[in-house]
Amino acid sequence: MSEYREVCLSGTGVTKVFGIGSKKTVAVNNVDFKFYSGELISIVGESGSGKTTLIKMLLGLTSVTSGEIFFMGEKRDISSHKKKKEYWRGIQAIFQDPYSSYNIFSKIDSVLLDCIKMRGGRGLPYEKKVDMMREACSFVNLKFDEMTNKYPFELSGGQMQRLMIARIFLLKPKILLADEPTSMIDACSRATILEMLLKLRDETGMMIIFITHDMGLAYYVSDSVYIMEKGKFVEYGSANEVVLTPKAEYTKQLLNDVPKIHDPWEFSRNKKFRKEITV
Amino acid sequence: MKNQIKQLLKSGKFMVGFIVFMSILLFITIYPFFVPGNPLQMIGYNSFIPPGTYLSLYDAVNPNVFVYTLRIPGAAEARIVNTLPMSDREAMRDWLVRAGMPEAAIDIYDPETLLALWNANYDPDERIEGMILADHRAYQRLNNRIQGMFDASALRLYSADPETGEPQFQAPITDTDYIALSDIVNIRRLPLGTDNFGRDMLKQLVQAIGVSLRIGLIAGSIATAIGLLLGLVAGYVGGWVDEIIMFICNLLTVIPGFVLLVLLAFSIGPAGRSVTIVGIVIGLTTWVWTTRAVRSQVLSLRNRDHVNLSKLSGHSLPRIVFKDILPYIASYVVMAFILQVSGAILAEAGLSMLGLGPSTTEVATLGLMMNWAMSFSAHIMGAWWAYFPVVFVIALISFSLNLMNTGMDQIFNPQLRD
Amino acid sequence: MSKVILEVNNLMTKYITRYKENVYAVNDVSFKLEEGRSVGIAGESGCGKSTLALSLMGYYFPPLHYTSGEIIIDGRKITDMKPDDVRKQVLGTEIAYIPQAAMNALNPTRKVIKFIEDVIRVHDPKATKKDIYDLAQQRFELLNLPKEALHKYSVELSGGMKQRTVIAVSTILSPKVLIADEPSSALDVTSQKMVIKMINDLMDLGIIKSMIFITHELPLLYNVTDDIMVMYAAQLVETGTADQMIFDPLHPYSKGLMGSILVPEDGTREAKITAIPGTPPNLKKPPEGCRFAERCKYASPQCKVLNVEVSHLDNNRKCRCLLSEKELREVYKDE
Repeated sequence: MSEYREVCLSGTGVTKVFGIGSKKTVAVNNVDFKFYSGELISIVGESGSGKTTLIKMLLGLTSVTSGEIFFMGEKRDISSHKKKKEYWRGIQAIFQDPYSSYNIFSKIDSVLLDCIKMRGGRGLPYEKKVDMMREACSFVNLKFDEMTNKYPFELSGGQMQRLMIARIFLLKPKILLADEPTSMIDACSRATILEMLLKLRDETGMMIIFITHDMGLAYYVSDSVYIMEKGKFVEYGSANEVVLTPKAEYTKQLLNDVPKIHDPWEFSRNKKFRKEITV
Repeated sequence: MKNQIKQLLKSGKFMVGFIVFMSILLFITIYPFFVPGNPLQMIGYNSFIPPGTYLSLYDAVNPNVFVYTLRIPGAAEARIVNTLPMSDREAMRDWLVRAGMPEAAIDIYDPETLLALWNANYDPDERIEGMILADHRAYQRLNNRIQGMFDASALRLYSADPETGEPQFQAPITDTDYIALSDIVNIRRLPLGTDNFGRDMLKQLVQAIGVSLRIGLIAGSIATAIGLLLGLVAGYVGGWVDEIIMFICNLLTVIPGFVLLVLLAFSIGPAGRSVTIVGIVIGLTTWVWTTRAVRSQVLSLRNRDHVNLSKLSGHSLPRIVFKDILPYIASYVVMAFILQVSGAILAEAGLSMLGLGPSTTEVATLGLMMNWAMSFSAHIMGAWWAYFPVVFVIALISFSLNLMNTGMDQIFNPQLRD
Repeated sequence: MSKVILEVNNLMTKYITRYKENVYAVNDVSFKLEEGRSVGIAGESGCGKSTLALSLMGYYFPPLHYTSGEIIIDGRKITDMKPDDVRKQVLGTEIAYIPQAAMNALNPTRKVIKFIEDVIRVHDPKATKKDIYDLAQQRFELLNLPKEALHKYSVELSGGMKQRTVIAVSTILSPKVLIADEPSSALDVTSQKMVIKMINDLMDLGIIKSMIFITHELPLLYNVTDDIMVMYAAQLVETGTADQMIFDPLHPYSKGLMGSILVPEDGTREAKITAIPGTPPNLKKPPEGCRFAERCKYASPQCKVLNVEVSHLDNNRKCRCLLSEKELREVYKDE
């Protein structure tokens, strides 16, 4: 990694409050962050920690109650549809559930064609578009000729999620927000998806924000890890720092609670680790 | 989608509903071609003519009709059987019982056997013990009358001489004289009889179904269009727009729809209440449920990831609403529409029963037919044909529409899918 | 060798779909469960592990149907019993089942104690309220659950608490076998830990004699169960102790599955996780021969034709592969 690191997404005092009066809940509480381009970071938190709300705000799908978000060094402006569209050329997302990420009434081609259009390829001849789609599909090890004219529900969950990556490959945004992209698919296909995301990062220099609740996964894929609790980042640092030498109480507890296979786990029944219990 | 339509064709409920409804439609389209004419023409001078086939007596006794001679055994008995009055049958039974027959063996509702028993047992000279002479004579007279019926030489056909007016003997009519039905031009079948004005019920009913369906269609389309539009806007746009729409919805939900309907229909006044206006009025009062249903569907769809993704792909709001949301609720809206149609037909019937339906003398509606039957006391007169077929048709239409709706619901509603 | 609590021989069950197709979701499954041991079932979604759990209860309702094989619990063959007898004599006392979203199974309008009453009354209609209450209170104390929870409605309890309450309620009659189908996968790790602790307590206190634990989270399985069975396309492909299975899998499928484990421990960042290409076969039309042959790196043409039987290996291991243990180790060595 070069010495000079460009900040591509940062925020100061980002807050999101739902409801008013006595029903007020603070989902994201005065969060500051600075994400550098080319980095792969993970935001780890349990359900209700506000991580999904945070990425919805980063994407501009939910309004920010207070605070500022800076994109490529400039204050983000998404006041009109046109400006939003411009912003979304630079920031894209993959969602958790591949089954609900597709419009079941549109064919797969249309998902990819939309991306080409968004990249300004509206006027291209059809053959050129097909070539682009073919390239994107082969990037994720899918055969375009088998995909074309199919509906999303004819694919498996893993294939759908790979197609989502193909979509990102076509769009080539600066930042990709991946919201638990592997939690709904089987462990066997998980490695493929992760491999592709890493390849995408290496080839395009895209910055990836990985949202997950799985410490093991975060440790495996990311350069740096942010731990989120009750709408705040309680600890952040490089993956090794956070996972191997945690400082915050919450991180320690979280790491302690995750079942492990090499180190002893508190409640293991495995003979190797088991403390004898006398009743 | 193709798959779901296939499933729909396999769904018993939907198909039964669909076939019943389509048969009704087919019938009301074809029937007017076979029996043309104005359905509201008063053809009968009696009120409530019962269902049956009516042939012109004048044509039947016309001397120019070719007469065939047929000797059909039992014809005379059958005629007597058909015309033997109840009082005579009772008298016959009384005599037979007095002559020593067990009462249980005699059935006065079976005139054929009764007549056979009478002929076998009655002896005019036999005087039953304890019977006064007057009764004895009366039974002899009864017997003569019955036997007289077998004698068919009594009828003679006369016509008035055009100049003098003297009756001129034309031809005797004997019990072996027959004419072919095809020789008679004027036959009128009234499968459902007539109403009190002597109007053919079936023709009226056919027209009324069409008109009522039209009211249903108008009301259903209006209610669904308003409901869909407001539901989409309220659900997708949200915020204060949603608040306002839901406020109106809640307001309309609290006031019973039918009361509102009655008030509206009343305030329009009889002059303005045409079929179309009634349809519109019904449509304007029933959109609330569609709005609520569509809104809740949209609310849950709005947060689906494919909508988010569509936004991220830079699609405009109308495109998202029409391509990413509408297809998901289309089947739901079709179902709501079907229910609205069936509801509107019932609402029209209810309004018309109260005398607030379409104020027209040009066409009949199902509700108006009920109203007429009620105001001319068809139920007291025993004229079941004046109201029962109407009730039956209303039930059949809403049954078939609801059945179709349930069938579709089982296929399109993921919660009911097994 | 201790007493065998649960014995399953060649069990086959099927789903009958709406279009009258037979889908054999449990196909030729045999295993033995000894007293005091717990066994885990691992596999991809749709491999039939949840169906196996349902089938083991011996209580079938459409679309699930029993086809063949036998289930013997503590010497009693429950596959021969009438459904009503199974419900009254087996469920709850012999076998208890905790479904995936068990915490949502509590009717929110009733208090927790009412559910306990229901469970006990099915088996002992004469039980008095006081006896039930005493038993419940005692059990809750043993399991470190607050006694107050007995008189609360389910909505007043948190997610993890609810799940633990459900487990306590369903094991109130001290069943011999507890079948837990992903009891903790909807929970946060902290609540998950508490659920696991409670299941451990149940085993240690002898309230349940043995346990079948189903989950797709392999690190969890490693820590919770003594043995692990790997299921693929309705069949058990490999069985062994947790240590054997996690660190020394033999079957190519288990090997792939164990290769995908991710844990936040030193050294795992450098290790490469593996993926298995392809998708599991459609159970409506399972392939002939080995069901994994399509996706297997080491498959020979024979694998796709020959019927593969379960082979018994040393150390009580079982593996459903044409290659022998030696051959498999030989193949893996090259990598």
